[in-house]
Amino acid sequence: MAVFGMRFGLVLAVSALTALVALPARAELDIQEISTPGGIDLWLVEDHSIPFVALELRFKGGASLDSAEKNGASYLMMGLLEEGAGELDSRGFARAVESIAASFSYKIYDDSTAISAQFLTENRSDAVALLRDSIINPTFDPAAIERVRAQVISSLQSDEKDPDEIAGRTLDQLIYGDHPYGRQKEGTLETVRALTRDDLVAAHQGALTRERMYVAAVGDITAEELSALVDGLLGDLPATGPALAGPVEPVLTEGITIVDFETPQSVALFVQPGIDRDDPDFFAAYVLNVTLGGGGFESRLMTEVREKRGLTYGVYSYLVDKDQADLWMGSVASANDRIAQAIDVIRDEWVKMRDIGVTAQELQDAKTYLTGAYPLRFDGNGPIANIMVGMQMQGLGVDYIDTRNDRVNAVTQEDVNRVAKRLLDPSQMRFVVVGQPEGLTQ
Amino acid sequence: MTLIAALPRIARKFAILTLGFGVGSGIGGATAQTNEQVTAFSLDNGMQVVVVEDHRAPVVVHMVWYRAGSADEQPGTSGVAHLLEHLLFKATDTLESGELSATVAANGGRDNAFTAYDYTGYYQRVAADRLELMMRMESDRMVNIRLTEDDILTEREVVIEERNSRTENNPSSLFREQMRAAQFLNHRYGVPIIGWRHEMETLDLGDALAYYDRFYAPNNATLVVAGDVDPEDVRVLAEKYYGVIPANPDLGDRARPYEPRQMTERRMIMRDARVAQPYVSRSYLAPERNSGDQKKAAALVMLSEVLGGSTTSVMAEKLQFDEQIAVYTGAFYSGLSLDPSTFGLFIVPSAGVSLQEAEDAMDAVVAEFIETGVDADQLKRIKMQLRAAQIYARDDVNAIGNRYGRALSQGLTVEDVQAWPDILQAVTEEDIIQAARDVFVLKHSVTGWLMADGEAG
Repeated sequence: MAVFGMRFGLVLAVSALTALVALPARAELDIQEISTPGGIDLWLVEDHSIPFVALELRFKGGASLDSAEKNGASYLMMGLLEEGAGELDSRGFARAVESIAASFSYKIYDDSTAISAQFLTENRSDAVALLRDSIINPTFDPAAIERVRAQVISSLQSDEKDPDEIAGRTLDQLIYGDHPYGRQKEGTLETVRALTRDDLVAAHQGALTRERMYVAAVGDITAEELSALVDGLLGDLPATGPALAGPVEPVLTEGITIVDFETPQSVALFVQPGIDRDDPDFFAAYVLNVTLGGGGFESRLMTEVREKRGLTYGVYSYLVDKDQADLWMGSVASANDRIAQAIDVIRDEWVKMRDIGVTAQELQDAKTYLTGAYPLRFDGNGPIANIMVGMQMQGLGVDYIDTRNDRVNAVTQEDVNRVAKRLLDPSQMRFVVVGQPEGLTQ
Repeated sequence: MTLIAALPRIARKFAILTLGFGVGSGIGGATAQTNEQVTAFSLDNGMQVVVVEDHRAPVVVHMVWYRAGSADEQPGTSGVAHLLEHLLFKATDTLESGELSATVAANGGRDNAFTAYDYTGYYQRVAADRLELMMRMESDRMVNIRLTEDDILTEREVVIEERNSRTENNPSSLFREQMRAAQFLNHRYGVPIIGWRHEMETLDLGDALAYYDRFYAPNNATLVVAGDVDPEDVRVLAEKYYGVIPANPDLGDRARPYEPRQMTERRMIMRDARVAQPYVSRSYLAPERNSGDQKKAAALVMLSEVLGGSTTSVMAEKLQFDEQIAVYTGAFYSGLSLDPSTFGLFIVPSAGVSLQEAEDAMDAVVAEFIETGVDADQLKRIKMQLRAAQIYARDDVNAIGNRYGRALSQGLTVEDVQAWPDILQAVTEEDIIQAARDVFVLKHSVTGWLMADGEAG
């Protein structure tokens, strides 16, 4: 059960919306581009210093392949891949994986599914055989379905009383409406209760297909060994899947949506239009966001809302680059009697950034941060495999790694400030506030 | 269900501190290359230094760990260790407020800090050639902060909002806090790291400086440098920046109030309208890892794995698979603690199962386990995973650095860390059952039910 965890910790949730993460890599990295005899393209970095391999698989599609009626089918399906496969039942499979100390994880997002594996050189073939069974031959045993379904339902019930989850759900519904992005990938209590084994089998057939597959590996393995491994592992997957979700125009209007919920601290998400990765202004927007609210202590939002006024523990902004929608989002949480002030400050900063833009020093600091931080991402087999598979999904070539910092450095103050005027738009900025905020009106 | 190990200064995900699966074995010394990856030595002023080498990427993590956490606070000032941690990002004699973090960021790095019961830590992750700059700034704020009343007022609001985010907005967190308060009758482990709200509201400059002046000193700190560095280069830099700071002669012993005899089982029911999924949690007072004496803790680690560490553990088998009594179950224990720790069990009942039924079923499973003994195959699988964890761990030098920083801040030595994997491997089935008999003593326990308003048990 890799997918479902109890929420006992603090969740700084951004709901189903994923922040734009990591652009890729380091110049000295020797990436081999391989086409296997079976016709699968993949990237490999050989590193024989530690006797294990990190393997990353991605499939485009994800939870947005679910219809409204079958909402949650893909999520439940992914949770069942390791709950019985091939000849093994749920417990037999778990024991087999533990006995060779491999680790597999199966995750799903709105636009993709992700399978991650780490296994030792000493028992690689056993590990791959188990992984293959889970991907190709999951059992979907009725008892396992009911057990995992009960876990999903328990988690959905908890989400209904979690202010961060409520905020994310409300926002998704508000801006995406009936598009699959407007639904939660876990489904609803109603749809999850109604899912049948046939639904899960169908979701499995559609989710993991070769035409939408991306593969990267790092570690103690040669190109030849990896080719054979991947052909055996993935060669029998279906070639094609159902149509992907279509485009959506998010409905973004100025204002505040309040969801009344009895809790001492209001949590807020905010959203306005974003920018596509392929847009020529993308890098300028990316650099601009670092200064605006990109996660460091020095961002404008952090400085104004937290450092100067003590209104929150954390305030952030981030670009969201989904396959079918682009958003500029942010989050903040403040006591019910202070959230109104926090929102005022954020709005002011938004306007100030649009009208005045960044200073030369701020731009320089953002650029040195981004370019200096870039090589630091490539610091382990797991992280490198993750970056490489992400690059492939974004359609970037291996040469991107060598040019990425140049693209950041090429951004000028004029670019950033032009993009700030073009994109930052308080008239399309919506706040969703969950709590009992004082002095705020819808 | 993990206890909060440490509070980071901002809510960015901090690398999860792993159980102490050390790397290889070796002997220590005043200056020793203790194994292929780890070198440890001390400066003349008493500051400990651990260097972990990994030359695969040009990155370094620079950390300073103080052997002082929330459990070292004076009564009435709960939260001051954590508040001070926030305040260390303000001005010093040579740095403006915020300049340290801004400098790290402008050099492509990220920094943060964290506070736990037993330690407070600060770290930066940067390109390896910026190590000296990090040491210059970190050593500066060890002794040279310059706080104002205004800093305190604003940052106090920030940590109160942090408490809102972590605790007040989350019934499970409030419940854990109440359970710990009931578990520890006298020790400060019963007081939350972030502080009780009413005491946080009154923290002042004097409280912060008193804590700083006593505990922030080289003879109370461990420097951990992990990444693409040469230990000799680290030594030269450490002597230049940290070696010149005088030891604090008034540091004193790390004496804390000890638990009296715990003579009665404690039970609590907490209700909160925000609870959707009720559950039962039980904690027992448990021994911790001590220097040269880690066998009991090792047996408890194995007990927690056998009972509730995965889907093949005893509790999951009996309560989630054989009978569908629970949606989730688990056991948790961390032996890394300066003073006695806790061993915990929890059960989240299936729909239609009452908390009383769930608790009874959990107790029955544990009692049966003690009678039946440990499944040999299961123990073998767990030991295999622990061995493999040492291989996987080498991919994450940051986690190795954390392991040493934590251990050395909680009464252990480099040798203890490196002996730990073998001690775990040596645990027998009998050791585990004995550990269970010793730790599961009801009069040392707290049992809590968390449930929704108006719900029947």
